Amino acid sequence: MTGPNRTGAASRRQPAPRVVRARTAALAAGPLDVDALLDDSQTHIIVCCGSGGVGKTTASAALALRAAERGRRVCVLTIDPARRLAQSMGLSQLDNTPRPVDGTRSLRGQGSLDAMMLDMKRTFDEVVVAHASPAKAQQILTNPFYLALSSSFAGTQEYMAMEKLGQLHAESAGSGRWDLIVVDTPPSRSAMDFLDAPERLSSLLDGRFIRLLLTPTRGPARIFSSGFGAITSTMSKLLGAQVLADVQTFVAAFDTLFGGFRQRAEATYERLKARGTAFVVVATPEPDALREAAYFVERLTREQMPLAGLVVNRVDPPAASLTAEEALAGAGRLDGADPAQAAVAALLRLHADRMRLQDREAHLQRRFAAAHPSVPSIAVPALPSDVHDLDGLRRVGELLSTGV
Amino acid sequence: MTAALVRPSGIRLHIVTGKGGTGKTTVAGGLAMALACDGKRVLLCEVEGRQGIAQLFDVAPLPYAERTVAVVPGGGEVWALAIDAEAALLEYLEMFYRLGRAGKALDRFGVIDFATTIAPGVRDVLLTGKVYEAARRRGGKDGNRVYDAVVVDAPPTGRITRFLNVNAEVAGLAKVGPIRKQADSIMTLMRSRHTAVHLVTVLEDMPVQEALDGIKALRDADLPVGRVIVNMVRRSPLDGAARGALSDGTIDAAAIEVALHKAGIDASPLLVDGLLAEGYDHLERLALQEEQRTILSGVDVPVIELPLAADGVDLGMLDDLAGILAGPGLP
Repeated sequence: MTGPNRTGAASRRQPAPRVVRARTAALAAGPLDVDALLDDSQTHIIVCCGSGGVGKTTASAALALRAAERGRRVCVLTIDPARRLAQSMGLSQLDNTPRPVDGTRSLRGQGSLDAMMLDMKRTFDEVVVAHASPAKAQQILTNPFYLALSSSFAGTQEYMAMEKLGQLHAESAGSGRWDLIVVDTPPSRSAMDFLDAPERLSSLLDGRFIRLLLTPTRGPARIFSSGFGAITSTMSKLLGAQVLADVQTFVAAFDTLFGGFRQRAEATYERLKARGTAFVVVATPEPDALREAAYFVERLTREQMPLAGLVVNRVDPPAASLTAEEALAGAGRLDGADPAQAAVAALLRLHADRMRLQDREAHLQRRFAAAHPSVPSIAVPALPSDVHDLDGLRRVGELLSTGV
Repeated sequence: MTAALVRPSGIRLHIVTGKGGTGKTTVAGGLAMALACDGKRVLLCEVEGRQGIAQLFDVAPLPYAERTVAVVPGGGEVWALAIDAEAALLEYLEMFYRLGRAGKALDRFGVIDFATTIAPGVRDVLLTGKVYEAARRRGGKDGNRVYDAVVVDAPPTGRITRFLNVNAEVAGLAKVGPIRKQADSIMTLMRSRHTAVHLVTVLEDMPVQEALDGIKALRDADLPVGRVIVNMVRRSPLDGAARGALSDGTIDAAAIEVALHKAGIDASPLLVDGLLAEGYDHLERLALQEEQRTILSGVDVPVIELPLAADGVDLGMLDDLAGILAGPGLP
């Protein structure tokens, strides 16, 4: 189960990290300097996280494009981009391999941008083929449980995003093809799932149940597994004997593979904690999104993971500074029967709505900043339309850099 | 009119999905309150462990137990339940197999943890299984249904078909046995005319596209699509005449300046230009909304629009939402 009581793999192995909390809001961190982050040659991985619908995918694509055009050699791993955004980066097909993005304008020709879209089933298949003997791989790939697990069940995407990140990082370390990897995180029910994936895998593998399934059902080991007979018979009763047989085959075939997978997932987790990684938390100025962002920030702090800052996306600043009260009072003094006056009264009411919205958004942001004074943040204005080409991404990149 | 919500259509199970950020929890809450009119009892379930219902109704976090979160005029009640997969599994084992000691052994050997965290789809099987149980439960002396309707704050559109269809996949894995039988019964309810899957969206490109993709995926899986609920629709303070005057240039900087003087507001160039810019920005947004509305009207699913809450969602707002949802056009 994920949840506040579930801690990550790291916190189990290490003493609880000291949480440094600034005492007053006076210590509030400044704005998030996106360009400094992108230009820092020590930044090798940027992870964009946040709850669903806040614009994570667009933000990660925009950050990647901006970094490339400022001279970095970038690979962006997107999870589930909107069709038109994917097409704008040339990702019309899902082939699980980074491809160069056409149309980037790189500074002095130094930077480059490759993009890929995660295909979780294919990533899983590749792991199996790469790490199991041909006979065993075949056995796994055709097992009904493997098919179900690899293609359609919740959680797999997070494991595979982690796995793919590890692969890309290893490749860039080996070949020098990239010096920055930007990762979008899966649209999970909670932003935390991405971090919890390796831990969940570990707890599964350490589970006595797996050990029992792998234990020979005859011979001396049988003695130690008293009660196991009751369990298998219960399971058979529940699922049917054939299902249990399938599960056992699956687990047995997977045992060796899981070991390596777990090691790599843990290595990736450690890399995420190391210098060179930066987490960018994305939220919108709404209570739910900021609450999720707060959980995530607290979790990263607790695990001493490198948090770069918060992007508050889609704020909607008014273009004029007249207060809502003044605007409404003025609108009330205009003659509704006169078309021109009625139209201007409507504009004043529109302005009042935007001022009120801004107040509400500012209030939410202040509350977040007061609770997390050490987190740099930047507010990015809402674009009137959706982004679906490189120019749009470039514009978002500029906004991420300059803020409102 | 409200009676038409539940009985004639016969829909007892309302599944509410939507892209993240479209407000599906709020809509699910409003729908539950609408369905509870006329003294009905409605169960509102959440399945993702977010405690969204508790926040919406401003009550303490929900345990794995059904409790009242709202009473509506006319004596109707909204009950709520946060379904937890592990608790559901233990309950299930207890109910069907009276496992007692064996159930504890399963827990001790990590089977429960295994089953609910990693085993393919078991989590979704348990969550849908509990929904199924609540939707069919009968009680009391007369043996009536305990709940007149069940509303599920379901996983987002991207996962909804997989979530609802999980029992079909289980049926593919388990060829015989009680789990197979249970999976078949759940799929029968999910695909019946007693169930409707509603998709919440907002008038923006990606959420609308996702809703359309969701409708197609649900239909491909033979799952019944109910309504598209367009949430957070901005009411424009500009009527048709004002919009026309703004877009054809009748209202320009000079006209605004004149009117501001009449309104007793100091008409600085900054303010005049700002108001004009906000007006154009607004027109652009309205045009984009209209585009999305047209796209939605091309789909043969009835659409309901809900206005944007001016000051965030509170309980009063939920009542308003319920009122709109209870109007004509809801299943």
